[in-house]
Amino acid sequence: MSALSWILILPLAGALLLAIIRNLQWAGWLNVLISTATFIATLALAFTVVEEGVLLSGLFRVDDFNVYLLVLTAFVGMTTTIFSRPYMQHVCDSGRINHRGMRLYHSMFQTFMFTMLLALSTDNLGVLWVSVEGATLATVLLVSLYRTPEAIEAAWKYFILCGVGISLALFGTVLMYSAAQHVIADPAAGLSWSTLYGVASQLEPSIMSLAFVFLLVGYGTKIGLVPMHQWLPDAHSEGPTPMSAVLSGLLLNVALYAVVRLKMLVDGSLAATASPHLAGNLLMGFGLLSFIVAGLFLHRQRDIKRMFSYSSIEHMGLMTFAFGLGGPLATFGALLHMLVHSLTKSAIFITVGHATHIAGTQSIDHIRGLIRTQPAVGWGLLLGVAAIAGFPPFGVFTSEFLLLTATMQSQPWLTLVLLTGLAVAFAGLFRHLHPMVYGPVPEGQQPVSANMLPVAVHLGLVLWLGLSIPDFLARWLDRATELITGVHLL
Amino acid sequence: MMFIEWLLAFVQALLYVALAPLLVGWIRTLKARLQNRRGPSVLQSYRDLYKLFAKEARMAHSASLLFRAAPYIVFVATWLAAAAVPFVTTSLPTAAMADVIVIAGLLALARFFLALAAMDVGTAFGGMGASREMFVSALAEPAMLMAVFTLAMTAHSTNLASMMDYQLFNDPVLRPSYMFALAGLVLVAVAETGRIPIDNPATHLELTMIHEAMILEYSGRHLALMEWAAQLKLLLYGVLLANVFSPTGIATTTDPGALGLALVVVMFKLALLGVALAISETVLAKMRLFRAPAFLNLALLLTLLGLLSHVILEVGV
Amino acid sequence: MSLGELPFLQQLTLVLAAVVLFTSFALLEQARLVAAIHAFAWQGLLVAMVTAIVAASGGYPHLFFSAALTLGLKVLLIPWMLHRLVHRLQLDRHREPLRRPALITMAALALVIFSYWLVLPLVQQELLFTRNIVAVSLAVVLIGLLMMVIRAQAVVQVLGFMSIENGLFLAAVSATGGMPLVVELGVAFDVLVAMVLFGVFFFQISESIDSLDVDRLNSLTERAEEES
Repeated sequence: MSALSWILILPLAGALLLAIIRNLQWAGWLNVLISTATFIATLALAFTVVEEGVLLSGLFRVDDFNVYLLVLTAFVGMTTTIFSRPYMQHVCDSGRINHRGMRLYHSMFQTFMFTMLLALSTDNLGVLWVSVEGATLATVLLVSLYRTPEAIEAAWKYFILCGVGISLALFGTVLMYSAAQHVIADPAAGLSWSTLYGVASQLEPSIMSLAFVFLLVGYGTKIGLVPMHQWLPDAHSEGPTPMSAVLSGLLLNVALYAVVRLKMLVDGSLAATASPHLAGNLLMGFGLLSFIVAGLFLHRQRDIKRMFSYSSIEHMGLMTFAFGLGGPLATFGALLHMLVHSLTKSAIFITVGHATHIAGTQSIDHIRGLIRTQPAVGWGLLLGVAAIAGFPPFGVFTSEFLLLTATMQSQPWLTLVLLTGLAVAFAGLFRHLHPMVYGPVPEGQQPVSANMLPVAVHLGLVLWLGLSIPDFLARWLDRATELITGVHLL
Repeated sequence: MMFIEWLLAFVQALLYVALAPLLVGWIRTLKARLQNRRGPSVLQSYRDLYKLFAKEARMAHSASLLFRAAPYIVFVATWLAAAAVPFVTTSLPTAAMADVIVIAGLLALARFFLALAAMDVGTAFGGMGASREMFVSALAEPAMLMAVFTLAMTAHSTNLASMMDYQLFNDPVLRPSYMFALAGLVLVAVAETGRIPIDNPATHLELTMIHEAMILEYSGRHLALMEWAAQLKLLLYGVLLANVFSPTGIATTTDPGALGLALVVVMFKLALLGVALAISETVLAKMRLFRAPAFLNLALLLTLLGLLSHVILEVGV
Repeated sequence: MSLGELPFLQQLTLVLAAVVLFTSFALLEQARLVAAIHAFAWQGLLVAMVTAIVAASGGYPHLFFSAALTLGLKVLLIPWMLHRLVHRLQLDRHREPLRRPALITMAALALVIFSYWLVLPLVQQELLFTRNIVAVSLAVVLIGLLMMVIRAQAVVQVLGFMSIENGLFLAAVSATGGMPLVVELGVAFDVLVAMVLFGVFFFQISESIDSLDVDRLNSLTERAEEES
């Protein structure tokens, strides 16, 4: 069997298997095992694609753009399972969830991975929609896992907002399909992205732009673009921490990936009209708004996970803006930013998970003196925040630098806005971070058993990417950039 | 030829006056049967009118000239409005004035004088009835006009005769807008003619009555005229519903055979409408007055949807 | 081409589509929960009928399958599940009257006009006879959205969500003659799973706040944090 089928079969089989396994010890290890195997399969697939070029088979299409996200998704999934095995065991031991909750968690985690990998690898816009909606369904019960009133509220909000948002995306998909029917004779091929991309210039521009508005609002809800972001901080703060890590690290990326793919179609269709940059301008507007608003909201947060979820909105806004800006430099920067943001943010959420266990609360005011209680967690949080705030020599600095340069080239005035936004976000993060890491240690605060290996690996990778982007990765991202913009950067 | 047409128009107007009590009698008999009563004869309403005309008309001391004149004005205005609606044929000289806006105007005139007369004597019930009548009609009138405009948009005319001709001379078509307009107009007709569930013509319950409260002070021939006018209005709406939405059978010439057939067909349609009304009045209960806006909002919604579905679904197919 | 030149079945489709729009209004203003569930089932039935007629008159045999899917899912299964849930939560006689009904009706009518304006380019491009129905289906979607915004009762919100799905389905049928089968099956599966999850949530919510009025789920706002 090909690597692609393994990538999809493994999590699906894992989800079924984990739903019936009663022994939690085994289930935790099996979860790690399946995710690792999936990661290896994505690596194999990546080699195939790098060697042989675009892989097209039936409903699936794997090219340089999505194979890199596939590898990233499987990797973050793997490290999260490594972290979540002892973490969830701790949660279970403390009595916050029961055995059924644990089984639900394991099974739904793999279901979520399946929907993510399916969404990334499919060529069919309809299947893309189905799997993104499936990701909501898989995670919504996990958000309410702790059964507190707040958790249920967060889950309901998440369910309703994302459900409605994604419905609008389906309407957009229908419109696109109807535009395709004028051009493509075979009705079955009308939703195939590869086919549509081939005939993009013939697609009716008015229908395509209307469809894109619906699709952007729909998938934008999932990206967490302001003003459709309301669900995101709630779901992140009330759900279990491994869930927050994969929501921020993966789900948002996948939704953004969908929007970028669709933008490519719309750009093709609108190229010859009076407003060829409509899609890009929309992305820039929404992105910039999210970037600014989330940066300001960072300041008034009192819940640590909520604060980092706003930071996710901020970074997703920045990437959306960059993809909207277009051009090889911005696109390359955005792709790199997707990578480093995913790694850093999931590392931060893992660390935050340990920090909340140490302090016994998620309230920023009550998390104090981490670096003295447990230096590994304290340093992890400090370095993670330094990385996400864009300190050199971390990779986020590199990608943000590229984005700023690209902005300077095409929209000089917006550079000022971006810089201000980055400064505001930086201040917001650090005013909360400092007392949490260095403040006086509350009495009776005990270290917990923490597995900081995933954090170290993630932050190490981000550091490596900041110091020097390895040649193969640079070429890889460059090919993806060429795919999206049609122009080489390197 | 001209003379015969005018004569026919006159006969048609007389037919309205003659048949109005019959429709009411028919509905009353049917309702009685549905409620397991033997009920009065179909002709009872004629006898009631006859009796009232024979009686002396008494008037309150405080009544003015307006009170005395109102019954005649109301009756004539309603009659004129009715005479404009094509009953058996569309090719009459009166067809030229069979414009829905004229009809709505004449009915509004009748209602205006009815309400004025009700308040004239200065009793509590009269004022209450008048204010309720105005409340209901203020809500019903926009719905009615909207329904009519929906039809007019299809036929490109607000003339009833042209609307009917349009349908008769084109192939039968299922029109969503007509369906909505019909449903809305039925609700408006029920409200405007004071039937259940808006008003109950059979009782004088002071808390609920509308139309009966307004004519409470009348007696003798004045009361007869007021009752007759109300019966005319019911027939008018019946003919409007029957002939505008399914004009099948109505004569388009003055040919005697066609006219005779048209008369039979329209009587049959009205009898069916009477059955429907009797059944619905037996099944439904009267609404509390403050629910009336909801009822009439539904009518307005239906007619607006009719208008929109004409624009959305029917134009440029 | 005028309306009269369409075959009878296609005229019937337009009439049914118009009634679908009306059921959306009925659903929006329905006070009684059980009646609202019925209105939703009627809407599903009408959508299934439109689908079947389009399949018969437009020559899309696979649409018969979609019609059967809609019938099974939206007319029978989901209303039945909702009925059971409402019964088990003892909400059979629950009434949830609409505040400011006239205003909301006007807003919904405005949405109908807006959706017509929005899909005008599509209407001018398309060749299918059903293209006019796209506006109706978008209106159903938007009215479902409006319903979810103004209604605070969880069951009613779910009905709004499901009627959005009805609108989307109608859109797929009318704008494109149906999506490919694999997509339609996937969407139907998602809707079914969503319904099951909604059921789970009804119990979680009523356990947590002792009511299904989701307006009371309001501890997670930015303002609440300010006060605490």
